[in-house]
Amino acid sequence: MSQWFSFSRWLGIVGKEFIQLKRDRLTFGMIVGIPVVQLILFGFAINSDPKHLPTAALIADRGEFSRSILAGLKNSSYFEYIGEAANEQESDRMLATGKAQFVVTIPADFSLRLVRGERPALLLEADATDPSATGNAIAAVNQLAQTVLAHDLTGPLAPLAGSAGAFEIRVHARYNPEAITQYNIVPGLMGVILTMTMVMMTGLAITRERERGTMENLLATPATVLEVMTGKIVPYVLIGLIQVTLVLTLARLLFGVPIHGSLTVLYLAVLVFIAANLTLGLTFSSLARNQLQAMQMTFFFFLPSMLLSGFMFPFRGMPNWAQDIGEALPLTHFLRVVRGVLLKGNGWPEVIPETWPIALFGLVVIAIGLRTFRSTLD
Amino acid sequence: MEAAHSDVVIDVRGLNKHFGDNHAVRDLALTVRRGEIFGFLGPNGSGKTTSIRMLCGLLTPDSGEGTCLGYDILRETKEIKRHVGYMTQRFSFWEDLTLRENLNFIARMYGMTERRRHVDETLARLKLTERGNHLAGTLSGGWKQRLALAACLLHAPDLLLLDEPTAGVDPKARRDFWDELHALAAHGITVLVSTHYMDEAERCHKLGYILNGRLLAQGTASEVIASQALVTWAVEGEDLAALAATLRALPAVEQVASFGNVLHVTGPNRERLKAALAPMMDEPRRQWREVEPSLEDVFIHLMRDADLKEELTQ
Repeated sequence: MSQWFSFSRWLGIVGKEFIQLKRDRLTFGMIVGIPVVQLILFGFAINSDPKHLPTAALIADRGEFSRSILAGLKNSSYFEYIGEAANEQESDRMLATGKAQFVVTIPADFSLRLVRGERPALLLEADATDPSATGNAIAAVNQLAQTVLAHDLTGPLAPLAGSAGAFEIRVHARYNPEAITQYNIVPGLMGVILTMTMVMMTGLAITRERERGTMENLLATPATVLEVMTGKIVPYVLIGLIQVTLVLTLARLLFGVPIHGSLTVLYLAVLVFIAANLTLGLTFSSLARNQLQAMQMTFFFFLPSMLLSGFMFPFRGMPNWAQDIGEALPLTHFLRVVRGVLLKGNGWPEVIPETWPIALFGLVVIAIGLRTFRSTLD
Repeated sequence: MEAAHSDVVIDVRGLNKHFGDNHAVRDLALTVRRGEIFGFLGPNGSGKTTSIRMLCGLLTPDSGEGTCLGYDILRETKEIKRHVGYMTQRFSFWEDLTLRENLNFIARMYGMTERRRHVDETLARLKLTERGNHLAGTLSGGWKQRLALAACLLHAPDLLLLDEPTAGVDPKARRDFWDELHALAAHGITVLVSTHYMDEAERCHKLGYILNGRLLAQGTASEVIASQALVTWAVEGEDLAALAATLRALPAVEQVASFGNVLHVTGPNRERLKAALAPMMDEPRRQWREVEPSLEDVFIHLMRDADLKEELTQ
């Protein structure tokens, strides 16, 4: 046996490490859980070429060409026709709330000008906040223009089909016309950073007290559980607001991200989002036995938040089951809020429908958390 | 409130606490009077900490009743917390706060007014003033324990519940600590303290010995010793190690303990022990004399007794 490396000693160390891993069930679960979750998410849920994007139409010309074009859209795998908008206000609103990713506008004299061979323009408005979600669909639409009227343009109209196509599609990439990825990612990062720090810091703050035994001391004083819990999380609300301000400032100065909407609306929504994340951190801290476990729980939540919220990959690219999970995550809704307020100039009417799910998440989590708090005292 | 004015500070009966399958405390009955230092003894895991936590309202007993400082231990835990100073087994102050910050925080938790003055006074009283601005984490064991005591005393409690306060503290600091406890008791503060040290047990006015969640003996040190009616012989001389081995094999001998050059031989029955030892007593190279059994002998006897009973019931 060498003085420098004893195989038996080394085996002893390896063995001890395995025993400890086996005892720490949560870590063990993570070792199995994280690859499985990642595999399923990356393998099945994530798709960087989203199809079946909800598309609305604003039709001012009810001719046969319009019908053919709509039929062509319906048949294309990129567009999913969701219905007609009554007027321009409604179509704008559909884009702002994210109900529609595209709006096709067929102008009043479309058929007439087409027959005259004037190559009229058809307007395709896209919600381009996330350029990667719309890029491929926009590329596909020009192809569509060439083929969609093939059946209609026969006989005397045949020459119209020509090489350039009978009509032109004018794409209007709304909110992010230059398709700048940062416009989408930087506001999104605000949500990601808040999720990470808020959940983790509260999780750690309370398990730290328990791990060091100071919690017992605190509870032996007349301080109540409510005082302790809320008192401990308030500083993190402040930290969250500082982080948001920091990200906003840098987004504006470094990346030139526009701020079209009201900051008051944004900050109020941020508060709700922070609260939801803090309640989750609190609940994790009451479940975790030590700081490491709190950290692991945070990561276990953080991973799907990153992948399924629409932060890294287009939300609409995911299958329905993954979108359903995504809808349950506060980050998903917060991303819509922050991108909406900054890029689309959204106000309360568009923000509230995305804020209450965040609040609901917080309430459900705190209800679970309160039950575990009681049991930890006894 | 009646009891608060009377002499009895802790008066509980039939306290039980389970943690899952573990019956941590069984039918605990305890009476502690004002100004008494009550020593709580028993091996690790015997239920001392659980009992103390139930007394100060940190744990709710599964059954039982009683009062602490005249307040109901089930319903008036808030009032109890206000008037009790509880010192946890582990050092449980914030290591990244200074002594002064720690004390100021605790003072706030008790809703004290004139915090600065109280903190200054407490620091001075426990000779901590110089270290007031040191981080608690940088203190050595003895000073940490002093900080913990200072924090317990800050809100002028009527009852101190101290859970193994002197574990890992050097003899000088321990002696100072006990002098302080006696000074407090003289001022009418009641102290319930758990410990493993026999010398500390002897410094208490009254003792309670708890084992497997059961309080097996209670009273003054001499009462506890007398209650078990043990007989102990001390033997000095040559070759004690070999003698100890021989003695341990004798059925009449329950314990053989070495104290330096002296061996203590203890048994529960005077006549049988005498008869068993008689052949060896004649050997001239050793001196035998009967001594009073020590607390340690009694506690070890209680432990063995309990083990035997457990074996019989199984």
